[in-house]
Amino acid sequence: MIITIPWLKEHLKTAAKENEIIDQLTNIGLEVEAIKENSGEMGKFKIAKVLKAEKHPNADKLKVCDVTIGGKEILKVVCGAPNAREGLITIYAPPGAVIPKTNFELKVAKIRGVESKGMLCSESELNLSNESEGIIELKNNEKEIGKSYFKGSSQRAIDISITPNRADCLGIRGIARDLSSAGVGKLIQPIRKKIKQNTKHQVKTSIAKEKSQGCYIFGSCYIKNITNKESPEWLKNKLIALGLKPISAVVDITNYVMFDLNRPLHAYDSDKINKEIIVRNAKEGEIFDALDKKKYKLKKDMCVISDKSGVLGLGGIIGGTTTSTELETKNILLEAAYFSPSSIRKTARELNINTDAKYRFERGIDPNSIKEGLELATELILKICGGEASKFKIVGKTNKKNKIINFQVEKFEKLIGVSITAKEIDKILSSLGFKCKKNQKSLKIEVPSWRPDVSLDEDLIEELIRIKGFDNIKLIEPSKNRTQDTLNFKQKLFHLSQRSLASKGYMEIVTWSFTDSKIDKLFSKGEKEIPILNPISSDLNVLRRSIFSNLAFYLKKNQDRGYEDLSLFEIGPTFFGKNPGEQQIVVGGLKSGKINRKSWLDKERDVDVFDIKSDTIKTLIELGIEEKYLFVSDNTKHSYHPGRSGSITLKSEKGPHLAYFGEIHPAIIKNLDYKDNNIFGFEIFLKNIPEPNKKLRLSKKSFQASDYQKSERDFAFVIDKIFKIGALEKIISEVDESLIQKVSTFDIYEGENIPKDKKSVAINVTLQAVDKTLTENDLDEISKKIIDTVSKKTGATIRS
Amino acid sequence: MSDLDKISSVFNAKIDTVKTKDDLQNIKTEFFGKNGQITQQFKTLGNLDPEKRKDFASNLNKIKDDLTNQLEQKNIEIETSEINEKLKNEKVDVTLPTRPARLGKIHPVSQVIDEISSIFSEIGFSVAEGPDVETEYNNFTALNTPEEHPARDMHDTFYLEENKKLLLRTHTSPVQIRTMLASKPPFKIIVPGRTYRCDSDQTHAPMFHQLEGLHIDKGITMGHLKGCLDYFIKEFFEVKNVKMRFRPSHFPFTEPSAEVDIRYKIEKGKIVIGEGDKWLEVLGCGMVHPNVLKNVKIDTKKYQGFAFGIGIDRLAMLKYGINDLRAFFEADYRWLSHFGFDPLDVPTNYRGLSK
Repeated sequence: MIITIPWLKEHLKTAAKENEIIDQLTNIGLEVEAIKENSGEMGKFKIAKVLKAEKHPNADKLKVCDVTIGGKEILKVVCGAPNAREGLITIYAPPGAVIPKTNFELKVAKIRGVESKGMLCSESELNLSNESEGIIELKNNEKEIGKSYFKGSSQRAIDISITPNRADCLGIRGIARDLSSAGVGKLIQPIRKKIKQNTKHQVKTSIAKEKSQGCYIFGSCYIKNITNKESPEWLKNKLIALGLKPISAVVDITNYVMFDLNRPLHAYDSDKINKEIIVRNAKEGEIFDALDKKKYKLKKDMCVISDKSGVLGLGGIIGGTTTSTELETKNILLEAAYFSPSSIRKTARELNINTDAKYRFERGIDPNSIKEGLELATELILKICGGEASKFKIVGKTNKKNKIINFQVEKFEKLIGVSITAKEIDKILSSLGFKCKKNQKSLKIEVPSWRPDVSLDEDLIEELIRIKGFDNIKLIEPSKNRTQDTLNFKQKLFHLSQRSLASKGYMEIVTWSFTDSKIDKLFSKGEKEIPILNPISSDLNVLRRSIFSNLAFYLKKNQDRGYEDLSLFEIGPTFFGKNPGEQQIVVGGLKSGKINRKSWLDKERDVDVFDIKSDTIKTLIELGIEEKYLFVSDNTKHSYHPGRSGSITLKSEKGPHLAYFGEIHPAIIKNLDYKDNNIFGFEIFLKNIPEPNKKLRLSKKSFQASDYQKSERDFAFVIDKIFKIGALEKIISEVDESLIQKVSTFDIYEGENIPKDKKSVAINVTLQAVDKTLTENDLDEISKKIIDTVSKKTGATIRS
Repeated sequence: MSDLDKISSVFNAKIDTVKTKDDLQNIKTEFFGKNGQITQQFKTLGNLDPEKRKDFASNLNKIKDDLTNQLEQKNIEIETSEINEKLKNEKVDVTLPTRPARLGKIHPVSQVIDEISSIFSEIGFSVAEGPDVETEYNNFTALNTPEEHPARDMHDTFYLEENKKLLLRTHTSPVQIRTMLASKPPFKIIVPGRTYRCDSDQTHAPMFHQLEGLHIDKGITMGHLKGCLDYFIKEFFEVKNVKMRFRPSHFPFTEPSAEVDIRYKIEKGKIVIGEGDKWLEVLGCGMVHPNVLKNVKIDTKKYQGFAFGIGIDRLAMLKYGINDLRAFFEADYRWLSHFGFDPLDVPTNYRGLSK
C-alpha cells in the first residue's frame, strides 16, 4: 500500500513531521518497507510527441523517430515499439534518466548503427502497469508537450507492508485512523456535500439467489449526461504519485475512492448494458473479455456481473471491455458491491488475475462502505464531469449487525503482563472506531464493520498493546532452571556423529531433502519413488530415498571444481514413504581419491574399502557401541560393489543393522561420470543404535589389570579360501577369554605350496593371565587348545 | 715409586689416548683382564704377610676403584660423543611437509543449531522434532491458518498429493501441534529443523532451517516472551547490549503477534549487532492463539504461552558474515573449508559459544 503524506493529511490533522509519521507507522504494525524519493529523478520524464517514425535502416523491427519535447531541437530516438508512429503523444526519457523498472541509467548509444538520444517509454518501464507491449499512448493535448509527466510526484511515496488481517488499512483513511489512535494527530471527519439525486435509476439490478453466491450486496448509482474527460491536475497527480496511470475522469475517480476509503468501485457505460444487471454464478465455459485485454474461460460458481447478453465483469476482480467507459461515454452506472473474500480468492487464483480490487476484496472490505463510496464518487463525478445522479439502489443483505465482545479488563494483564485501565481501553478502542460500553465487570465492545479480523478477546488485546506500545511491556528475565534433558538419546547421537565424522576428515554438507529422481533411482533399494507434485525444478523432483543421492551429486561437483581426495558427509532424513514419519535419519559419507597423494614420506595409494570400514567402525565406537559387538558381514546392497562392501550389525548377523560400507558400485560411478572413479561410502542408521539402559559408568566392569608378563604366539593356519577371517579370529578369541587378550591377523598368503582352494593365515595371539606369569607349559597347552579348536571348527591345519 | 703407583700412572697416561670403545676394551683387558696388571696385583695378595697385606689390599682396592671409575667415566664420554656423532647424521629438514591429511569441518548450520541448543538449554528448553513431511492439518489448519490463506498455494508450498493433504512442512510450527497433542502441559521446547517453500532466488532457498520455540505454562505472559528473546539474542550474538524492538505484526497462530528487530550498523564492511542506527528483522513471535490451544485440547483458562520462529540460516549469516544463503546448500569444498567449524569447537556455556 502506497501513501503520500499530503494525501494522508487530508484525513489526519497533525503537526507531526514526516519522519515521525513514518516511525509511528512501523511502531503500530504498519511496517514502512520503502520510501520512494520521486523528486528530481522522475521530473526528467517528459511528455513528447513523435513527429516522424521511419524504419531503421539496419533492423526490421526498429524505428527511428523524430521526437519533440517542445523546443526547437528534434531528438532522434530509436524505438522498437510497434505503436511508435507519427503524431503519437508519449513519454520521453532523456539520457541520464533512470528507468524505474530496471534502475538502468540511460546513455546516448548507437543502436544498430544509428545514434539514439534517450528512449520512449512503456508503462511497464515506468512501473505504471505491467503493460509492456508498445510505448505509452497519452491523450494529453499538445500544450503539455515538454512538461514533466510526473509533476505531482515531487512528494515521497511511502510503501507500507499491510499484514493480511488489516484490510482496513488498504485505504488512506484507515491508515490515518490508526495514526490518530497512536497519538499522531486527529482524524478529520469528512464533510460530505449533499448531492442532488433527482434522476431516475435506469438500470434494474439484482443478485441471483444461488448456492455459493459470492456477492452479498450490490449498490449502484446511475448518472446521466456526463462529460467524461481527462482528470484535473490534482487528481492525476495524486494517482501518479501512487504509481497509477490516469485514464479518464470516471476511471480515475473510482481509483481515487478505492485508495482513499478502501472502497473499490466500478463504472459501466450504461448505454452498453443490455437491459439489466444480474449478479450470478458463471456458467461453465462462459467466455469473458476483460479489461486486461485477455479472454477468460470461466468456471461455474465464479461470481459474475452480467446483463442479458453475457458477462460484463468478474465481480470484485476485473471489469470487461463490452461495457467499459470511454471519453465519449455519456451515461454511467457506478457500482459499489460486497463480495465474499473466499469467492474472490478462489476465482482470482483459478484465473490467475491480480488487481487492486481483488487484493482488497479478498482481505475483506467494509460492507458498510457502499453508501459512502457511492457518495464520494458521485460527488466527484458531478463536480468534474457534470451530469445528473440517481438515488442509490442497494440490493442484497444490507442489515448485518456488528460483532459484540464482552471484554474482561484483567484479561489484558493476564496475557501481556502489564495492566491497563478501563479508561485507557475505552480511549484506544474508541479512537480505532470501536464502541465501548461499561458493564459491571466487563466492557461491552462493538467491533466496527471494517475490522473483520477482530472477534476474540485476544484480538482486542492485540489492538490495545499495539497502540499502547510493545515498549511498555516489562521483560521478565528467564529463570535458569532445567527440569528435563535438553537432548534425547537420538538427538545426542545426531550431534555426536557430526563431530565424530568431521574429526575423521569428513566435510559436513547440508543438501536438499529432495533430489533428482534419475540419481535417486541408482541408490534406492526399490522403495516406491516419492514425487513432489510441484517441484522447484525437474531435477529436484523426488524426496530422496538414499542419503547418497545428493552426496554423490555434490561429490562430482567438487571433483569437477578440481578437488581431489574428498571426504564428504551429510546427516539428515531419507524417506521410505510419503506419509509423515516414513523417514529416518541416516549418516552418509563418501570418500574418494588417494591417501598420501604426492607425499615425499609415504607411498601414494588409493583409498580402499578398509579405509571406509575403519571410519565406519571408529564412528560406531564413538557413538557408544563396544567394538566387540560390531558384527561385520559381507551382506551388501546393490549400490555397492558386490565384492568390496559389507554390513555391520549389532552382536550377530541377525542383529539390528547399524551400517553399510564399501566401494560404490562401478555401474553407478560410470553412470554419474566421475573424474576420479575411486569412490567409497558408508551409511549409518542411527535409529538402529540401541539406547543403553544404563549410563556407561554404571555398566562398566570394575578395573582389573594384570601385572604379570604377557606372551605372544604366532600361528599359521591353512584354511579354506572362502572362510572369513573375522569368523576365524572370533573362534580363537573364544577359546579362552580369560587368557587371550588380543587376536590379530598379520598376513594372508595364497599361492605356491598352498592348495588352490586354501589360504594361509598368520595370526598373532596375545596371552596374559590375571594371577600369574604363564609358563612354557601353560603356553603350549593353550596353543594346542587353539590349534585343536580351530581345526575342529574350520578344518584348518597348522602350516608346518 | 711403588708398583701400584706405577700402574696408576701408566693407566692415566693410556686412558687419555682412548678414543673408541675398542681402545677402552683394550685398556680394560690390560688392567683388569685375566692377566691384567690389577688382576695380577690381586693374585700377589695371598703371598704377602698379613701385616703388609692389609695395607696393600686397601691401597690396591682404592686404585682399582679409581681406575674402574675412570673407565666408567671414559665409557660415558665415548658413548656421549658416539651418540652426538650419530645424531649429527640424523638431522632431517623439519620444514618438510607432513603427511597429507583431510580436514573435516562442521557445517555452519549445524554449529549454529548447537549454539542455539546450548543457549536455550540454560533456561530449561529441550529440543523437540517432527517429520519433514506433514499433514495439511498440522502444518496449516491446526495452526489456525484459514482455508484460503495464500501460504497454502502451490507456489508457496510443496505438495505430495493432488488433494493437498500431504506436504513438506513450511515451518517448524507443526511440531508445536505434535508435541502438545502427545503430552500434557507445561511445554518448553525448541524445534530446530528443515523447512521447505517453493521459493528460489538469491535470498530464498527451497529448503532452509527454522527454529521454533514454544513455552506453555500457567501465567506465561508477553513479558516472559520478551525476556526470553532478549536473553537469546544477547547470548547468541555474544554482546552485552542489544537494542531490540517489538513491532506489531500478524501470524495466524499467534495473537498478539510481533516481529522483532534489532539494532545494527556496518563497520569496516562488517556487521555490528546490537547498536547502530539501522533495524534488522530477526524473528517473528507472539502469544499462542487460543484457537491453536483449543485444537490441541489445552485448557485456555489454565494455560497460555508464547511461540517464536527464527531463521537459523539467517542467524548464521548474520553472526558469521556469510552473504549468500544459496551457498549453504551448494556443498562447495572451498566454502565449507572457509565457513565450517572445527569439530572440537563444541559450543558450551562455560567455554563460550564460539572461538
